[in-house]
Amino acid sequence: MTLMQKFLGAAATLAITASAVAADPAIIFDLGGKFDKSFNQAAFAGATKWAEETGGSFREIELTSEAQREQALRRFAEAGSNPIVMTGFAFATALEQVAADFPDTKFAIIDMVVDQPNVRSVVFNEHEGSYLVGVAAAKASKSGTVGFVGGMDIPLIRKFACGYVQGVKAANPNATVIQNMTGTTPAAWNDPVKGAELTKAQIGQGADVVYAAAGGTGVGVLQTAADEGIFSIGVDSNQNYLHPGSVLTSMLKRVDVAVYDAFTEGAALTTGFNVLGISNGGIDYAVDDNNAAVFTADIAAAVEAAKAGIMDGSIKVHDYMSDSSCPVM
Amino acid sequence: MDSFVQLILTLDMSIRLSVVLLLACLAGLFSERSGIVDIGLEGKMLVAAFFAAVGAYETGNAWVGVMAGCAAALVFSMIHGLASITYRGNQLISGVAVNFLASGMTVVLGNAWYKKGGQTPTLSGNARFHDITLPFADALSDVPLIGPIYSDLLSGHKPLVYLAFLIVPLSWWVLYRTRFGLRLRAVGENPASVDTAGISVVKLRYQALIITGILCGLAGAYLSTAQAAGFGKEMTAGRGYIALAALIFAKWRPWYAMGACLLFGLLEAISNLYPSINIFGLVTIPVQFTQALPYILTVVILAGFVGKAIPPRAGGEPYVKEQ
Repeated sequence: MTLMQKFLGAAATLAITASAVAADPAIIFDLGGKFDKSFNQAAFAGATKWAEETGGSFREIELTSEAQREQALRRFAEAGSNPIVMTGFAFATALEQVAADFPDTKFAIIDMVVDQPNVRSVVFNEHEGSYLVGVAAAKASKSGTVGFVGGMDIPLIRKFACGYVQGVKAANPNATVIQNMTGTTPAAWNDPVKGAELTKAQIGQGADVVYAAAGGTGVGVLQTAADEGIFSIGVDSNQNYLHPGSVLTSMLKRVDVAVYDAFTEGAALTTGFNVLGISNGGIDYAVDDNNAAVFTADIAAAVEAAKAGIMDGSIKVHDYMSDSSCPVM
Repeated sequence: MDSFVQLILTLDMSIRLSVVLLLACLAGLFSERSGIVDIGLEGKMLVAAFFAAVGAYETGNAWVGVMAGCAAALVFSMIHGLASITYRGNQLISGVAVNFLASGMTVVLGNAWYKKGGQTPTLSGNARFHDITLPFADALSDVPLIGPIYSDLLSGHKPLVYLAFLIVPLSWWVLYRTRFGLRLRAVGENPASVDTAGISVVKLRYQALIITGILCGLAGAYLSTAQAAGFGKEMTAGRGYIALAALIFAKWRPWYAMGACLLFGLLEAISNLYPSINIFGLVTIPVQFTQALPYILTVVILAGFVGKAIPPRAGGEPYVKEQ
């Protein structure tokens, strides 16, 4: 055996042991970045919570371009990370292929359904949460006109919009809802300037509560709402703290719970379809010290009633994605 | 709502939206008129937006932020100049490199300094620009017709908005009424003749790039300290390229540039305010169409339908003495 062969052999052994040891979970953040104060940040919070509680470590990457999706997935799978969690509907195509190539690795995708034996698909009933904040918006509005600013124009965001409009109309049938989508490309998740302009446009048309479901773009929406002295509604994470007194409430999508659960189950992750909604605590709205003053008892009562109605089934919120249409728009 | 109020609202928004384009477009104008093609406007604006937010946050003064932004854009402009004037490199490649450098650097530095994923902390108080109310705006607001136009449309903008519109006549004056402007235009058309007259081509082009850098700095600073309250990654979102389209549309002239930018701002305002326009209940124009209109208009111009856009003749070519 030559020296070179010995060296290569040793390197190979090392590589094998390394991949056997590194069964750490991994998480891939979508283009918005893990500090978008919203969707991805919620995922990051869940992962951090898991790491703090278990003392474990996890691998992570923030995507900077579309082309990295499949590459990042393969890199983590090859390195032996298990399970691998990804945040965002856009991973679906890449995951279809990678999941088939790594049958022993477990994957969890949030916001999308990928039908593979080793994939857990976590979806949220965003329409239910949006319905609740819609009720709150209609109750808080004095002008009877409320706004919605969406991120990228995709079915998921229309699902938010549709649930919101249903909630608004349920609380005030005469209310007007102004809707805007920021754009049609992924850049729409990261354009706070455009978000601010859309909000100003809606305020100009009379809106006095604006709901942002737009990732990083929402930062601009909430900022403008605070500047102009109207209410805003945050999304995904609890965003009440960003502008206390101006953020009426936040629609909570417990992405953190989804990530935390996946990490806790580890390599033994159960796969299949996983729906998180109001009934199992995956969807909620936020009340804390920052919005206690503006989230009046009147609003709280109406929202709680709606929440109870959804839980016992007496209120049915239409899901836009079930038939790609919205009865109230 | 009253259609007159609606009109004022739309125009008011067009003004706000066109300012970034206008500043960037004028920046490109000086550079391209001197014969340096600059597709790095986007990158320079981005780096300026970042350093303006940093400067404003650290000092609590928005004007310090503007200066920091201008300085950063100036440095990037000089990098472009070094590559394309001194070393006679390909101007397009240098511009692309500037864009990539800005897009990566801002996020890396932002992450290292503030640990917020490339964002800067939210600016508040004097670290941001606030709306200026022009004199008598409140008193006049009830006067019909003139009132809304003066107090809603003209008054109540950020200081940089007024500055941007003052730079338009200034640019025209510099380009067409000063010796420097004459030489600048000449160096973009026929650098050899300028050289023969004993004037340094290299020096003139660097001077043009200094102006470009400062104007890009203002544009970037407007984004992060006036329109938004802080920097977010990739916040320029392609506005540098729209400004380039506006520059072609304006046929490299300052007043036309203002017109083109206002038109593009108006189109964006329309797509913001009226996502789907319904014409007599017959056809609905999708929002994508209004969003794409600036580019469509530029293509139409380039195809020669609305008139010919002739770029400065020496644009894109490095000047080599005694060819």
